[in-house]
This record gives sequence, structure tokens and C-alpha cells, in this order.
Amino acid sequence: MSIAVRNLVKMYGDTAAIDDISFDVKTGEILGFLGPNGAGKTTTMKIITCYMPPTSGTVAVDGLDTAAQSLEVRRKIGYLPEMNPLYMDMNVLDYLEYSAQLHGLRGGVVQHRIKEMVHVCGLEDVRHKDIGEMSKGYRQRVGLAQSMIHDPEVLILDEPTSGLDPNQIAEIRELIRKLGAAKTVILSTHILSEVQATCNRVLIIHEGKIVANGTPSQLQQEFQGADTITVELRAGPGDPAGAVAPKLKSVEHVTGVSLLTQNGGMSTFEVHADKGNDIRESLFRLAVAEGWVVLEMHRRITTLEEVFHKLTTA
Amino acid sequence: MAALSLSNVGPIYRREIRSYFNSAVAYVVIVVFLAIVGWYFSNNLFLINIASMRIVFELVPLVFLFFVPAVTMRLLAEEKKSGTLELLTTKPVRDAEIVLGKFLAAWTLLAATLAPTLIWLVTLMILGNPDLGPVVAGYIGLMLTGGVYIAIGIFASSLTENQIVAFLIGLVIVLAFFLADKVLLYVPGFLAPVVEYMGIDYHFSSIARGVIDSRDIVYFGSILGFALLMATASLERRKW
Repeated sequence: MSIAVRNLVKMYGDTAAIDDISFDVKTGEILGFLGPNGAGKTTTMKIITCYMPPTSGTVAVDGLDTAAQSLEVRRKIGYLPEMNPLYMDMNVLDYLEYSAQLHGLRGGVVQHRIKEMVHVCGLEDVRHKDIGEMSKGYRQRVGLAQSMIHDPEVLILDEPTSGLDPNQIAEIRELIRKLGAAKTVILSTHILSEVQATCNRVLIIHEGKIVANGTPSQLQQEFQGADTITVELRAGPGDPAGAVAPKLKSVEHVTGVSLLTQNGGMSTFEVHADKGNDIRESLFRLAVAEGWVVLEMHRRITTLEEVFHKLTTA
Repeated sequence: MAALSLSNVGPIYRREIRSYFNSAVAYVVIVVFLAIVGWYFSNNLFLINIASMRIVFELVPLVFLFFVPAVTMRLLAEEKKSGTLELLTTKPVRDAEIVLGKFLAAWTLLAATLAPTLIWLVTLMILGNPDLGPVVAGYIGLMLTGGVYIAIGIFASSLTENQIVAFLIGLVIVLAFFLADKVLLYVPGFLAPVVEYMGIDYHFSSIARGVIDSRDIVYFGSILGFALLMATASLERRKW
């Protein structure tokens, strides 16, 4: 079940909420949607789920056009909107039954699916409770249960973990990973570690445009700046900064050395090297040759946070 | 308009019914309605010694003016405000089916409100010999009038996410239809027949006399249908 987005534009008045974006999501993929608030994530999801049409461009879900075959598309999609709206006056079982019926499920299948969702989402203890009386974590689970009640092939989750505590986030994330294994999933989030933990691919949107598209590790590599290595050494008595730094600097690819701290015989340096060159081995060999003791060596990796920050501020 | 599927209307209808009867709404509406109309009915019966349903048919359209917008105000406004409308409209359900399900639920509540008044009719039949023709026609007229008010109320509810605003818009529109045939004195002569024809009371009174004329049925049917279409169009406004 693939999703193909082509040249999507959505105008609100004169401003473009999304500005000519195209991407594909392949069957079985979990795609993470990243971007600052107002970048166009929610708008894109609302268009994919047929809540509103684009100004121009097309979205095809499994080859079905969201404009022309809206009902068929909606049958295939499970959707958890932003803020997770729910009917506060209904209890969990009634609400899941209502959702199932709206998806056209009838007869024994309804009770079977409800039972399964209650089990999978851990709602046994609260199944007779009114949704309005439940905690945020439970409500989020009800929202997820609702979105998957008809066993959809595509799941669209708009900030599924917003407002939850760390334990609940871990639970929901696990749930998404478990249930998303056989589905095509798009989820949006602000939490970058979430993307790293759950998604196979990341799409970073900024001001309505896609600014990055790839696996988390690809993006990290792509935006890796100069290599920076922190080494802590014991170089014996004397003036390590004076004696060691020039030798470090003479290592191939090294562009700069700076002393961070010095404490007795121990000193910590930051060594900068040309992008894409791992000089840790050379540093180690140098230390052995010079008789220095390496206490710590650490290569700094560009985090997804840094990639995100770089791409979405300018 | 695309064909509507009753199997989609059903769940929406049942949810609204349950929402009315699980909360205090339905009971408050029924009790207050019966208290007001019952007061006038029994005054007529015991104080003036008139055993007639006529007072019911005169009073109820007036009471409906305020009751119906109160019953319909939350139907769409609440879903808009809480965001559940987005949930509902991304299910494989047409907007018209949502509107129809909610309309039928409110109409059912209206029937449930009117039903207890049949006890008064039974009382009258024990005491005397009322002419049943106009009474049956009167009830049909009340359901049609109420149906039109509900359709208008749902349209009003589709315009805003504020229930009070929805109530007031609904009230103003039904009031306009109610008063149309009562302001003929102030209307230029050539417009008078048109304005009179628009008046809901004009058609209700004609039905309540016991004559079910196709002209009146066409009037009720078209206003009701038009208001529901407008409500559907207003829901689809998100797509503009």
C-alpha cells in the first residue's frame, strides 16, 4: 500500500501552507514527518486523509486518488488527528463500536476487532469508563485503537505522543512499532529521538517545502560537518599543551587542535579534521608511538537535532 | 448528489439518540415542553371547559421556535469545536449522511416529545367525541413544522463552533419563517402572496384544518430539503 504525493500545494489566502511537495511512501515503511510548528505537516496529513483538498497537486493512496475516490481512500486509512479529538461522553467500548460501524464493519467482526484493539492497546481496565474521565495516556491509546479498528493498511498519526509522559511515550512508540510492522505509516512529531526510534525514513519540512529526505543515519552523515574528536591524554610531566599539540597537528587531515582542559599531567584536546576522515586510528597510533596514555577518545556525531536545527533556521 | 447509504446514517443516528437520552437533554426538553403546553391545555379544559386539542396546535409551533434551535444547536457546532468533526469526516462517510443522521435523531427526539401529548387526546376521547381528522392532520403538521425547524437549526449549527451563536442564528431564521405571513401589512402588495407563501404558519394552519394539500407538503419538503442541503454544503466549506 503505497502513498504517492505529487506537486502538492495548499494555499491559505495568499500564503502557501505547503508549497509544491512531492514524496512517496512505500508499503511497510514508517515515515517520520519532522518540521517546526506551522511547517505544513498537519496540512499535508489532512490532505492525505481527505479532510480537505489541495489547491493543486495530487495524492494517490494505493493508486486511488484522494479527490476522485475519496470514500475508497478513507476506507484504507486509519487517522489520529492532532490533539486526538474524542467523544468525551462515550465509554471506550461504545466509542470503538461507533468507529467500527462508521468504517462499515458489521456483525461479529465488530466485537472481534474491539476485543483485539482493547487487548493490543491495553484498555482492559478502562473499557467501561467514559473517555472524559480518563487520563491523557489512556485517551491517546483510545485514539490509536480507534484509528486501527478496521485494520487499515495505512496509518496517519499526527503527533501521537504529544503531551504524554516519558513512560507513556515509550509505550505508545512500542505500540506503533508493533502495529506498524505490516502497515504503511506516516507519523509527525517534534521529538527527534522518536523518529530515530521508530521511523525508517525521515522527511523534514520547513515553510511548506521538503528540505531533507532520507534515513536518519543518511541525514546525519549528509549534514556531518568537520570531524571533531575529543581526546583525553596523560602525556607525562612538562607542558603537554606545548609538546603534544604540534604533534597532534602533524597527523594527516587534522586542521586544528585546541586544548580544552589541563589538570596535572592530564589534558583534554579537541582535534578537528577534514569532513569524512576518521582520524581516531591515526591518533591512537601516534599516542602509542609517543608513549601517551589515552584515557578517553570520542568522535562527535552530528545529531538529528543539529540537522533539524540547521535546516529549519535560516 | 451521490446516493446515500442508510448503513452509514444508522450509526450516526444511534450515537445522537444515545447522546440525547444518556444526558439530561432529552428529559429536560420533554418535561419542560409538557409542563408549558400542559398548563395551557388543562387551563382550557378545567377553567374554560373547552375539550379541544386546538390549543395544543396553536401553542406548539410557538414553543418549537425556541425549543428546536436549543435541541439542534450542538449537533454540528460541538463536533466542530471538539475536533471530532475531523475524525468523522475522515471516516468513509459522506457529509450528507452525517447531516441526515443528526437530522433524524433530532426529529426522533421531537416525536418523543410530542408522543406524551397523545394522552390528552385519549382523555378527550373519553370525555367527548373529538373530530379525529384535524387532530391527525395537526400532528402531521407539527412534525413537518418541527422537521423544518430542525433542518434550519442544523444548518445554523454548521455555521459556527459556538453553540449559543448556533442557537441564535437558528432562532432568527425560524422566527423569520414563522412571522412571514404575519407581517403582510408591511409588505408591498405585489410581494404579499410570495411572503405569505413563505410563512410556515400559513401552511401549518392549512394542514391543521384537516386538509393535507400537496401545496403544503411541497412547501415543507422543499424548505426542509433545502436547509439540509445548505447544512451539507456548509460542512463541505472546509474544502473550498
